[in-house]
This record gives sequence, structure tokens and C-alpha cells, in this order.
Amino acid sequence: MEALGLLFHGFAVLLTWKTLVLMMVGLVLGIFVGVLPGLGGPNGVAILLPLTFTMDPTSAIVMLSCIYWGALFGGAITSILFNIPGEAWSVATTFDGYPMAQQGRAAEALTAAFTSSFVGSLVAVLLITFLAPMISSFALKFGPPEFFAVYLLTFCSFVGLGREAKHKTVISMSLGLLLAGVGMDTVSGNLRMTFGSAELLRGINFLVAVIGLFGISEILLTMEERLALRGHAASISLRVVLGVWKDLPKYWMTLLRSSFIGCWLGITPGGAIAASFMGYNLAKRFAKDPESFGKGRIEGVFAPETAAHASGTSALLPMLALGIPGSGTAAILLGGLMVWGLNPGPLLFVEHKDFVWGLIASMYLGNVVGLVLVLTTVPIFASILRVPFAAVAPMIVVSCAIGAYAIQNAMFDIWLMLGFGVVGYVFKKIGIPLAPFTLALVLGNRAEDAFRLSMIGSGGNLKVFWSNGLVGSITTLAIVLLFWPVTDGLLGRVGLTQRTRTTPQ
Amino acid sequence: MSQTDLEIVVDDPTAPEDGSPSVVSSGTVEIVVCLLLLALAVTLGYDNWRTGASWDATGPEPGYFPFYLSVILGGGSLYGLIAALLARRAACESFVTRAQARRVMAVFVPTLLFCLVTQFLGLYVASFLLIAGFMRLVGKIALWKSLLTALVFTAIMFVTFDIAFDVIMPKGPLEAAFGH
Repeated sequence: MEALGLLFHGFAVLLTWKTLVLMMVGLVLGIFVGVLPGLGGPNGVAILLPLTFTMDPTSAIVMLSCIYWGALFGGAITSILFNIPGEAWSVATTFDGYPMAQQGRAAEALTAAFTSSFVGSLVAVLLITFLAPMISSFALKFGPPEFFAVYLLTFCSFVGLGREAKHKTVISMSLGLLLAGVGMDTVSGNLRMTFGSAELLRGINFLVAVIGLFGISEILLTMEERLALRGHAASISLRVVLGVWKDLPKYWMTLLRSSFIGCWLGITPGGAIAASFMGYNLAKRFAKDPESFGKGRIEGVFAPETAAHASGTSALLPMLALGIPGSGTAAILLGGLMVWGLNPGPLLFVEHKDFVWGLIASMYLGNVVGLVLVLTTVPIFASILRVPFAAVAPMIVVSCAIGAYAIQNAMFDIWLMLGFGVVGYVFKKIGIPLAPFTLALVLGNRAEDAFRLSMIGSGGNLKVFWSNGLVGSITTLAIVLLFWPVTDGLLGRVGLTQRTRTTPQ
Repeated sequence: MSQTDLEIVVDDPTAPEDGSPSVVSSGTVEIVVCLLLLALAVTLGYDNWRTGASWDATGPEPGYFPFYLSVILGGGSLYGLIAALLARRAACESFVTRAQARRVMAVFVPTLLFCLVTQFLGLYVASFLLIAGFMRLVGKIALWKSLLTALVFTAIMFVTFDIAFDVIMPKGPLEAAFGH
């Protein structure tokens, strides 16, 4: 049990006053960000990232990941009390959470949501603790061809398995890969796509793009909607909490099923949104009385929340072990790693033990502290929504600008952020997904380097991607996934698969 | 016991009305976006072809990857363009209504001005002006509240970033007068 020893070492790294204070600050900021309209997990992490630039990497990642846990907890508050999902993955929580609040059972619903979030994350963290070191030590044997194959697999599965129109995913991804290539070419030293501009020499920074795409565009989108809200205030008493926890064992099957779905979809790029809906739908299907769902059933809160959090947390597994983010937020954390001077990938487990195990330990600790914190402070956070959006919106804009500027101390980046804000707004409205763009922008250079290094190694022979069993099967799987809709259709025609197609959400 | 009967009510007096006419349809925007992306793909593709997009002895040249990506991007946008043109005859969904556009502009224009002011007067002055101005003019919040909020927020940002965390923001003549 080497992992356990290292985990305890991680707790030892963590248990200093400074880290604990940062953890609390991160959680409070995160819940704040999760509750506010027009902000969410990825935006919050992206905007608050600059705060951590001068910290040491361990403190920085602890604070950032706590912002993320906080945002996940915060999303549930608005879903249940106001019927406003703070995040897309909280939509399924509103189905039964809001009816419960209407029936005067808001405290119960909130406790259920927070508890199941805790359970979901815990399962995912356990998975990370034991699986991530194994995967990373396996991946240490990877050479450039294997890495390129894994990147290819990530990109292809986005195109093949995504719910959006295929050509829109392709547009988004190729645009991201292209913009990643702007600036100095790392292999040959040539300049690419800079058109003689000194500003473009640095390249297009991933974090600047993310702040614009998610922060600024989200404000533009939020303003389009009616921002009036009407909701229930609730405070949670110990009696309610204990009452819900006493009933918890009855729902072990729902919790377990949702955790499993969440972990699976978190590691593969399915995402928390798909996980929460799937968790909810499966809980409904397996229930004895499916009609009672949607009318304030506590299982309807347990199922999606557990799945969403299991997925959100396990998305960090491929990021830690392989350097491939499983979600938008994980991609931003990955961008953070690079800013702090760490090289994401399997070597992280060897070269930066303190950092990795500090992060994993902070997932355990952050979730426990977060659970206690939200249970005790819900009324305060619910009243944040009384603050008019006209005051919140300009503050978010200023925070975004500070974030964008701080990354490279460049005024040009503030303009770039504004540009990406407009692009994000238009793309979201015409259904071009932003997640493939983000992923491509952060992984683009690494994927290209891996490809070119493999080519240099093999003397320009493409057969290197089928040179052994491992790389061959990953590459083949990637190509199968790319054409998955076609493959699936063919299999269906032959009668190998028989299932009803679900319409995209 | 839980006090679930307490309600939190927030109104939105300037909310966009529902029956507002559409400014532009989603289909039209999609066509414009596809055309822009196509132009971008051609520009970048040409630039990369000039850099060198062929395959030499040691593998691809620097422009190889981005050149073929431009081709893929061009292909994708061309497909999108044709799909949008064909779908145009069918249902026309609204991209943005006039009332919505007004509200979006109410945020976008101040943000644009904020960036411009940041360039010349520094971020903190711009931030004060943006928050105070936005709260007063768009949010119709009392002047003293707007000014106070803007001042407090800007001060907190200054102390947090420039002093506590040593993250230096762009500054203008005002800060220079105080010796920063």
C-alpha cells in the first residue's frame, strides 16, 4: 500500500495553517462563484488563477481545487432554492430539488445535495488515489508515438461521441489547434501565423482565451435573460441533517450507481452534464414508482448530484496521470500547472510527489471542510443573490481583465480577452461547442510536438503509430471513435446492436 | 427548525420583454460566422503553405500541421455554410431580439470603453469608472451606493493584487501621482 503512505505524507504537507487558511478562502470564493449568476466552475477558476501566480505550486493548486469544490457545492444552492441551475450539470438537480423546496423541505433537499456531492467526490478521489499512480507509472514507458496516440484518442472521442453537430465540433477543435500553433514553433524555431505582429509572437495564451470565452461571454449571455428571481430561504438545522443521513443507507444503490456513472464519464470526455442526466434517468428507471420523480423525491436529488461530483472530480484523474484534462476546469488547472513551472504528465508523480499528494490529500480534506462549511452557511450564501446583477457584472468584468493581464503582463491580452468574449458569445448561440476548442488550445502544442518527435524518431514513417501492440490499439481505437456514428450505424444495420437512440439534450 | 417560508425576491426592472422583434436570425449569423472562418482558414492556410507545408526527410515541416488544420477548418466551415444555406428555407430561429440586443450592448459597450480607459489611465481608474458608471446608469442604483461600491471594490483589488500578491496591474497618471 504505497499509495496510503504517500497520501499520509500529502496530509502532512497540507496541515499547515497557511494551507488551511488558503483552503477556506478557496472554498468560500468557490461557493460565491457557484452561487452568482453568470459565473461557474471553469470561469471562477480561470478568473481567480492569477491570485495564485506568486504562490508555491502546492498552495496554489490547493486553493484552486478548493475554488472548484466550492463552485460545485454552490451550484446546488441556486438549483434547489431558486430553480436556477448555476451550472449545466445542476439542471437535473432542479427536477426534484426545487419541488422539495416548494413543499418546505428545502433544508432536506440541500442536505441531500451536499451529502451526495460529498459521497460522489469521495468515491472519485478514492479512485484517483489508487488508480492514478498505477496509470502514471504505466505511462512512464510511453514514448512520443504513444503520447500522440493518446492525444489523438482524446480529440477523436470528442468528435465521435459529442452530442453537437459533427462539423461544429470539428470547426471548434481545428480552430483551437490552429490558434495553439500561433507564435514560435518549438521544434524548428520558425515563426508561424504571426503576420509580422510582435504581440502574436508570444502565441495566444490559453488562459486568456478561457477567461474571454467563459467569463466575458457568460456575462453577455446572462444579460439576455430576465434576471428576476424568487426563491426560498433556508437554514439547515442539525436535526434535518441527521435525519437525512440516517436514511442514507436506504439509497446506497442509487449513490453507488451514480458514483460509477460519474467516474466513468469523468475520465472519458463525457463530462459532468451527461453524468448528472444519466444518473437521474437511471435512478428513475430503476425506481419502483418512476411517476413520483419530479415531484420532490429525495432520490432525484441524490442521483444527479452524486454523478455530477463524481464526474467533476474524476476528470482530474487523466489530468494528473497523463496530462490530459477530462473537463474544461481540469484543462484550466492544467494551464495553471504550466504557469507554476510544472510539466504535466506521468513524470509529475515521480518528480513532484509533494505537489501531487498534497493535491490528492486536499481533495479529501477540501470535501470534508466544504461539506461542513456549506451546511452551516447556506443562508448567507443564498442572500448573495439579493445583490443586484448591475453591481456584480462590472466586478466580474474587472476580475476577468485583471486575470487576463496578469498572465503575461500584456495589455494586448485584455483586448484578446474581449475578442474571445464576443467569439464565445456568438459560438454558444449558434451551437458551436467550446469544450473541444479549449481542449485543443491547451493540448495543441503538446500533440504536435509528440507527432513530430515520433516522426523524427522513425524517419518520417507513419507506421510508427502501429509499431507495437499498445500504440497500435490506441491509434486504431481513436480512428474507430472518430467514425463512431458511422461505425455504430453499420453495426446497427447488421443487427449487432439493438438499442433505441436517445435524442440529444 | 428550517425557515422555509422566508422568500428571497429580486426584481429585474429592465428585463428584455418577450415579444420583442428579432434583429437577426440564427441562420444568417451562422452563414456570416462560417464565411469569416472560411476566410480565416484561407489566410492561415496560405501563411503556413508559405512557411513550408511539405514533408522532408525528418518528418513534417513547421507549416505542415497548421496547413492541414486550416484545410480541415475550411472544410468544416464550408460544410457549415452549405448546411446553413439549405436550412435557411426551413424554420428561422431568432439569434437575438431587439430588447436582448439592447441589454447585451449595455454590457458590451461599457466593457469596450473599460478596456480603452485601461490602456490610457490604468486598470484601477478604469475599474472605478466602470463599476460606478454601470451601477448608476444601467442598474439605476443610488449614486452614493454606486460610488462607494466602486471605491471599495477597486481598493480591495489594489490591495490584494498590487500589494499582497505582488501581481502588478497597468497603471496611469493617477497612480503615478501617488508614487506607484
